Amino acid sequence: MVDLLALILVFSGIAFFFFGAIGLLRLPDLHSRLHALTKADNLGLGLLIVGVALFHGSLLVALKLLLIWLLALLGSAASAHLISQYALRRKHQ
Amino acid sequence: MAEAAIGAGLSGALLLIALRDETDSNLTALKVSQVTRWLVDLFSLIMTVLIGWVLWLTIYVEPVERLAPLANAMLEHSGVSNPVTAVLLNYRGYDTLLELVVVLAAVLGVMVVGRERRGYRQAGPVFCGLVHWLVPLLIVTAGYLLWIGAHTPGGAFQAGATLAAAGIVLRLAGNDAAGLPEGMWLRWLLVAGIGLFLTVGLGVTLNDGQFLQYPKAWSGTLILLIESAATASIAAALVLAYRGGRPDGWLSVADKDNDREVSS
Repeated sequence: MVDLLALILVFSGIAFFFFGAIGLLRLPDLHSRLHALTKADNLGLGLLIVGVALFHGSLLVALKLLLIWLLALLGSAASAHLISQYALRRKHQ
Repeated sequence: MAEAAIGAGLSGALLLIALRDETDSNLTALKVSQVTRWLVDLFSLIMTVLIGWVLWLTIYVEPVERLAPLANAMLEHSGVSNPVTAVLLNYRGYDTLLELVVVLAAVLGVMVVGRERRGYRQAGPVFCGLVHWLVPLLIVTAGYLLWIGAHTPGGAFQAGATLAAAGIVLRLAGNDAAGLPEGMWLRWLLVAGIGLFLTVGLGVTLNDGQFLQYPKAWSGTLILLIESAATASIAAALVLAYRGGRPDGWLSVADKDNDREVSS
């Protein structure tokens, strides 16, 4: 039962990555691409990590995975902010 | 893991600064013909199939082991319990020593080419906030990777790459030295890994006549010592490569190379 739940979580995480990649390739401008990428990656990675943690079943591994997710959240939020700010500055120049 | 850390992380950063240097000149989009595009697609497809095939082999096919049982059998003599570290630092110490020499030679080559790039302006609040969290965490992670190298995957190259990432983040935030010391300290830092490795190697030669043949009781400690020094040297070399040339005041004579890279 837990394995099934984990499998569903992992696959929905992968689906988020997939649609994020499609968004990155197909959306028209930088800001909407960033939107697709960050939202999809954050949530996708989160689901993936919850799924893997359930598979593994150990608290220590789950905490390590949680740390990875938090770092990815911090990193992607900051880098998306930097990229979009740079793009805005360039547009107004 | 070392290849992934250096290949994906640091080469990416190096490629990005190369791109930054190119934007001033006329960087026109390459005209790609239909045939080239097909060839690229074909190449990607072949590589994907190849990677999939290798993955399938490693998972499902019974491995042909020749050296692995030997490496595992001698593990208790090596001073560490991770076979990879045992191979790299003990059985095949020569190889790792020469890898460190390659890293040093590469960074010396970078320094010969010219003076370092100009640094970045002081970063805004969001990035500074990230740096305040990230740099201490990276340093702790590097220490952790170094320490666990004795019994699980990890070690000097991974720890060095992680430490170098901290330096690169610092430089991007406006710290021009990227956390490295100046002058004589920097020189010592660059050669610390090789120096300690050679000293230990020659020291044990005096002991029983074999280069890099650690005494059994000491091998764990010696490996940790060498790996610590190697971590510092690798990190310093990678960060210097990212700074892109010799720092100011590196030469004892006046540095005549005045055409520093100018970039925003």
